[in-house]
Amino acid sequence: MNSIIFTAAARLLVALLLVFSVFMLLRGHNLPGGGFIGGLLGAVGFIVYSLACGPKEAKAALRCSPEALAMVGLGIALAAGLVSVFFGDPFFTGQWYWVGGDSYETAAFSVNSVLVFDIGVYLVVLGGILSLTFAFEEET
Amino acid sequence: MAGDSDPNAPWVTTAGMLPVLVTGALFVFFLGYIPQIAAYAPVRWAWDWIPSLDIALTFWLDGLSLMFALLITGIGTLVMLYAAKYLAGQPQFPRFALYLFSFMLSMLGLVLADNLITLFVFWELTTFTSYLLIGYLHVDPKSRRNALQALLLTAAGGLAMLAGFILIGVTQGTFELSELNAAGSMAEHAMYLPILILVLIGAFTKSAQVPFHFWLPNAMAAPTPVSAYLHSATMVKGGVYLMARMHPSLSGSDAWVWSLTIFGGVTAVFASFMALRQTDLKQTLAYTTLMALGTLTMFLAGSTGYAITAAMTFLFVHSLYKAALFLTIGVVDHGTGTRDADLLGGLARAMPITATVAALAALSMAGLPPFIGFIAKELAYAGGLEMTLSAFVIPMAIIANALMFAVAGIVAWKPFYGPQGKLPHKPHEGPWPMLAGPVILGVLGLLFGLMPWLVAEALIEPAVAAVMGAPDTGGRLVLWHGVNLPLMLSLATFALGALMYWKHQQLRAALARIEAKGPDFDAGWDRLLDHFMAMAKGQTRVIQTGVLRHYLFATFTVLVVAVAATMVLRSPGSVSLSLGGLSVREWAIAGLALAGTGVVVLTSSRIAAIVGLGVVGIAVALIFIVYSAPDVAITQLLVELLVVVLFAVAALKMPHLDPTGKQRHRPWDAVLAASVGAMTTLVLLYVVDTPFDRRLTDFFEAASFPEAFGRNIVNVILVDFRTLDTFGEIAVVLVAALGAYALLKGARAATKKDEGQ
Repeated sequence: MNSIIFTAAARLLVALLLVFSVFMLLRGHNLPGGGFIGGLLGAVGFIVYSLACGPKEAKAALRCSPEALAMVGLGIALAAGLVSVFFGDPFFTGQWYWVGGDSYETAAFSVNSVLVFDIGVYLVVLGGILSLTFAFEEET
Repeated sequence: MAGDSDPNAPWVTTAGMLPVLVTGALFVFFLGYIPQIAAYAPVRWAWDWIPSLDIALTFWLDGLSLMFALLITGIGTLVMLYAAKYLAGQPQFPRFALYLFSFMLSMLGLVLADNLITLFVFWELTTFTSYLLIGYLHVDPKSRRNALQALLLTAAGGLAMLAGFILIGVTQGTFELSELNAAGSMAEHAMYLPILILVLIGAFTKSAQVPFHFWLPNAMAAPTPVSAYLHSATMVKGGVYLMARMHPSLSGSDAWVWSLTIFGGVTAVFASFMALRQTDLKQTLAYTTLMALGTLTMFLAGSTGYAITAAMTFLFVHSLYKAALFLTIGVVDHGTGTRDADLLGGLARAMPITATVAALAALSMAGLPPFIGFIAKELAYAGGLEMTLSAFVIPMAIIANALMFAVAGIVAWKPFYGPQGKLPHKPHEGPWPMLAGPVILGVLGLLFGLMPWLVAEALIEPAVAAVMGAPDTGGRLVLWHGVNLPLMLSLATFALGALMYWKHQQLRAALARIEAKGPDFDAGWDRLLDHFMAMAKGQTRVIQTGVLRHYLFATFTVLVVAVAATMVLRSPGSVSLSLGGLSVREWAIAGLALAGTGVVVLTSSRIAAIVGLGVVGIAVALIFIVYSAPDVAITQLLVELLVVVLFAVAALKMPHLDPTGKQRHRPWDAVLAASVGAMTTLVLLYVVDTPFDRRLTDFFEAASFPEAFGRNIVNVILVDFRTLDTFGEIAVVLVAALGAYALLKGARAATKKDEGQ
């Protein structure tokens, strides 16, 4: 698509979309959002970029193959589930570690396996959709 | 094919020696249990595996499993040592060693398993590993075909057996063999007959009873060490083991006695004649194995002390002499380049040790005193006389044993003594790693014959006790019983056997003529497979037209018919539809959806149709927003966006819609679309009419924050309460993406290829 306006606008839009996708991922536990939505938004960002600048540019911007990204995502999700095994809990029980306190109310923030799992979901959705789209664009 | 190892290649390699050492260590480990088991104190190891399904990884060591474990590890050690030399220098030897070792472990698991499901798992593992072993010479298509035949037949039997096991578990309330056997016979249960039939199908396919026998001789395509191992102590004895293991719980009915006696007897006699008919020594031995399996099955039909003692003794004896004979034939093949009984002769001068060992093993097989084979045969006659169907068992046993006598002569006398044969190359004696196994096994056959008390109390009697379900008075394994009926029967057997050996050339010609007229099971199997393939092809031609319209039409038609039929049959009552409460906003959204649909249906531009579809999707997303489901709405919007973009990318490259081409289908499409729409609307109205069950919603609302520290219930359900489901879903996303990726890349590769041509 040879439109200077679109190409110029796309660069701004993509940056916004990607930041927004991470934002949606991180706030998902308490407000609308989460790994699925975040991943979809990220994918939209890269697709817009690839429509504006071509799939080759978009692939280069991703820096790794989308298939690998999706597989790593699934691995991260699995690893998040396995963490509970070391604490004697059933598979996929959420593990929470409070930083600066000992409960949700007093802690400054938390490190938890649930968010790690959501990051895995994010990467699978992003990688899965992008691998499809890139293959599609190169094919047609 | 067989003797192609390099005689100068080093045979003491890691891949060769490691299995020998580990298996030998296991053998010593099990030897240590002899005193405890001989005192009738079984050992049980247990680990929880799938507690929710009552499946545990439990192992049970009693007389029966100990005897099998010792045979598997003992003969296994010798065979692996033999194989290290036999296949030395072959580049694929490490792979072979791995297969053989895995097979040994699976077999060990099979005979030690206490839980029926565990037993099944190991049973199938032996099937798979034996598939790899039989097909080891995979360059040869015949080898591959025979391996597949063994796999399909025994795996099919294994599935029947699994069904039987599940029936047992459901009706008896336990999968533990030790508990089942302690509870005694289940012959009175209403489900007994189906259970028996299913389990016996598994046992008969594994132990190659007629009419499932044909895979066993074909499995001889494998290298000789494999044949020696699989067909002496292990794989084919799996079925016999199962029948012996479940004897206390499954025997005790006429069905058991009749089926085992008839199948076993027919197999034994059929196989003995077939053994005499063969000229390839390995094929001859394969059929004698079949004879042994038939005999064992026949004697397991009995429940008296003598019958079971006969079965257990013969099982032990057969493992010793059959392994020795197979290994000897491997040495002969290695040393001369042929296994053809008609070519071999006068080898004793060049191969004195091999000749002696072959004689030792064959004398035990022929059942001559003072070998342990003689004791086994005496016991068989004594046991047979006690059995319900002795009028059938005794003649069958005499014929089979007489033929074994003749076959022993063919295998061990003719190749080594008599006139010099026409050999492919000058014979030479085998190297010591290949002679160790046959020598040890052959000598043991003589030693145990002279001193039967060595094995009687340590191995045979505990095994008999395990099969009978109670310690039994022993003292039956004696070389000299005095002049009695079994001895007379033995003498008659020797006379008949000698006659058969003397006339074996004529007998073989006659058998070949009969065989040519009889049914060919092997060809029948091929025809059966061909029919399967033809059926699959025909069905694919009808169902898979490759036209997208057909698939969609079929899918939606089934949907409408199935849902409509359910609604009519279940008649959920009337529904009401009130549109009074809708505001302007909702009417506007409905109008948007309708307008989008109209565009899709009426336009002749593909891009316009896609955009119309997108409008419908966005209308749906708006509905989610109106009813405050922001997560779903965002997802819906994004997915719609992606679909439109993807379709648009594709549509740019596709030809224009042909407005005339599809006119013919349009009335039908309209009818179908209207029906699906009407059906969905009706279903939704019914759903809305039923009162909403808030229990789950209440739970998640209440538990979301205190238990999972999240206020967005949708997300908390996805990543905490129902994580496993989500994990499954993202796995599906990944697999679907990779699948589509492969399809697209494959299509491109195919196009490129076409362009290239």
